Amino acid sequence: MQLAREELEQAYKQMKTIREFEEHLHREIMTGSIPGFTHLYAGQEAVAVGVCENLTEADYITSTHRGHGHCIAKGCDVIGMMKELYGKADGLCKGKGGSMHVADMDVGMLGANGIVGGGPPLATGAALAAKLDGKGSVAVSFGGDGSCNQGPVFESMNIAAILKLPSIYVYENNRYSEHTHCDYVIASESIASRVEGFGIHTVKANGFDFFEVHEVMKELIAKAREGNGPCAVEFETTRFYGHFEGDPQDYRAPDELKDDRENNDCITIFKDKVTEAGLLSDDDINKLDEEVNSLIEESVDQAKKSPLPSPEDVTTDVYVSY
Amino acid sequence: MTEKTYREALTDALFLEMRRDENVFVLGEDVVGGTGSPHAEPGFVGGVFGVTGGLHEEFGLERCIDMPISEAGIAGTAAGAALAGKRPVAEIMFCDFMGLCLDQLMNQAAKFRYMFGGKATCPMVLRTTYGAGMNAASQHSQSLHPLVTAIPGLKVAMPSTPADAKGLLSTAIRDDDPVIFFEHKTLYTITGDVPDGEHLVPFGKARMVSEGDDCTLVATGRMVSFCENAAQALADDGITCDIIDPRTTSPLDEDAILDSVEKTGRLVVVDETPPRCSFASDIAALAAGEVFSSLKAPIKQITGPHSPVPFAKELESEFVPSPTKIRDAVAEVVNFK
Ligand SMILES: Cc1ncc(C[n+]2csc(CCOP(=O)(O)OP(=O)(O)O)c2C)c(N)n1
Ligand SMILES: [Mg+2]
Repeated sequence: MQLAREELEQAYKQMKTIREFEEHLHREIMTGSIPGFTHLYAGQEAVAVGVCENLTEADYITSTHRGHGHCIAKGCDVIGMMKELYGKADGLCKGKGGSMHVADMDVGMLGANGIVGGGPPLATGAALAAKLDGKGSVAVSFGGDGSCNQGPVFESMNIAAILKLPSIYVYENNRYSEHTHCDYVIASESIASRVEGFGIHTVKANGFDFFEVHEVMKELIAKAREGNGPCAVEFETTRFYGHFEGDPQDYRAPDELKDDRENNDCITIFKDKVTEAGLLSDDDINKLDEEVNSLIEESVDQAKKSPLPSPEDVTTDVYVSY
Repeated sequence: MTEKTYREALTDALFLEMRRDENVFVLGEDVVGGTGSPHAEPGFVGGVFGVTGGLHEEFGLERCIDMPISEAGIAGTAAGAALAGKRPVAEIMFCDFMGLCLDQLMNQAAKFRYMFGGKATCPMVLRTTYGAGMNAASQHSQSLHPLVTAIPGLKVAMPSTPADAKGLLSTAIRDDDPVIFFEHKTLYTITGDVPDGEHLVPFGKARMVSEGDDCTLVATGRMVSFCENAAQALADDGITCDIIDPRTTSPLDEDAILDSVEKTGRLVVVDETPPRCSFASDIAALAAGEVFSSLKAPIKQITGPHSPVPFAKELESEFVPSPTKIRDAVAEVVNFK
């Protein structure tokens, strides 16, 4: 654990922001004020933050339908995101995209994605651009366990391998794709062992522990930056809510969620580690919690007050000059 | 007759056809739900929209197959099994995901019979959902029937009522050609009388939804009820309409449309896709080419704009044709001088 105090504070704050963002949505979705399909990232925060704390704005990520965590971790404006989810005119994507399409090119966030497996090909392309630019940028694709069965994902990894692109394929294995257990749909021993077959250096790691994620990624990203070609990681993780809000989750083991919340909550694990090691105090944590809470409150407040898009906006931005 | 939802009517068709012919089987993501689960008995999903629910209890997991998230694989598996004599009914959760399986549909399934000199059949059905109305944004709200209607070799069905849902799906399963079957996601809960037992609705035979003198309205799927709404409002002003639901966009009941336009002299086509190279422009061209001299007014096309489907409620409802827009269009052509 060789992180400076500010780095620890930043990591905690990012994870906590994601958690509170999702907890707010979890409550708000019941009231019907969030339109559309929303998939919550709560439980997986250590992965997004552990990865993105190793990236700069010059690096790229692609994300998934469960993308809020990746967006926040990569530096998307939280208030703009909240406005987007409420479908407001001044949301990050002007109310055109919503939860599944949050994006911000300015911070290298190439989009959440409604298509499972849509991200890895794009990350591969961004990595090619980065290679051509020669400035040492990398591209990371986030994907779920379910996404590893899409053909375009296979094709991208092979392309990245033959072209030695600076891309990193992150698989967040939360055990389920919708209602289906990963063991049924993935024939190989693991996602990692399959990806190895593409000639890509692959690691399997614990996604509940921010420090492990951070360390693994630090090494892999450094290698990719130096021009050693692509790599991949399979992180073990869990989602704290259903696939979608209202999902009864009958497919999980009886005590699985309770056990995950008690023993595998990445935020609790982080807190325990840093306080036990005397790196941050309870007071420090409380102060950060307050900052996060007021940011979320502010974002909700602004989102609720923001203007609705107007009908003529439907046909703007179809082309550069419409 | 039994009152059923659109969803129940589809399930009814699947039960009957799977009982009738053991070559019929279903495959798709979570069509059973929980196959191979270490924690639960399979069967708790029955398709994300609930259409394949309960099938596995009667037909077993061999004929109700949960698939990985591999749309190209699902479509290709269906096409290959069909080529080898089975009658697969594949489910693609949202038609937007057909983007991933288009090669299997347009270069493979659609072409076998023709390319192989008439020696092959490909009796597969690909069921999918379409349409806006759930604020599901640009990648989960498209209406892609024009895309597949444009491909010779594919048949395309779009039921607008529970009875047609059952009758068209049964016909689709018995058809020896590949059929893309579009279910509008906002229609699953509508109810209507559905014939009990075997019910087959032939392809290429339009449904006359209502009859009138002043204008012909042509629409499919969800847009049919929007036309009915508009027609009711117009009736108060003494304007009456033929409403024609072609039921299948390929094959297309051209005669029903043309006969009606010859009678009314006016045509409004309604569809919730963007306007270019669309179902609406296709029908408009048909009428303009065949019954030009009967037309008393320009043909109107009420469609979505040339844009993806937006997320926000206010934007999405602007995208989708409304009964008001349809009514205004009819009034305009009726008053055309
Ligand atoms: C191409 C495609 N197929 C199917 C879906 C429907 N769908 C949305 S999320 C999902 C499960 C994804 O599972 P996983 O990749 O493990 O991600 P997780 O939800 O666990 O984060 C499915 C099947 C989709 N959005 N895109
Ligand atoms: Mg998953």
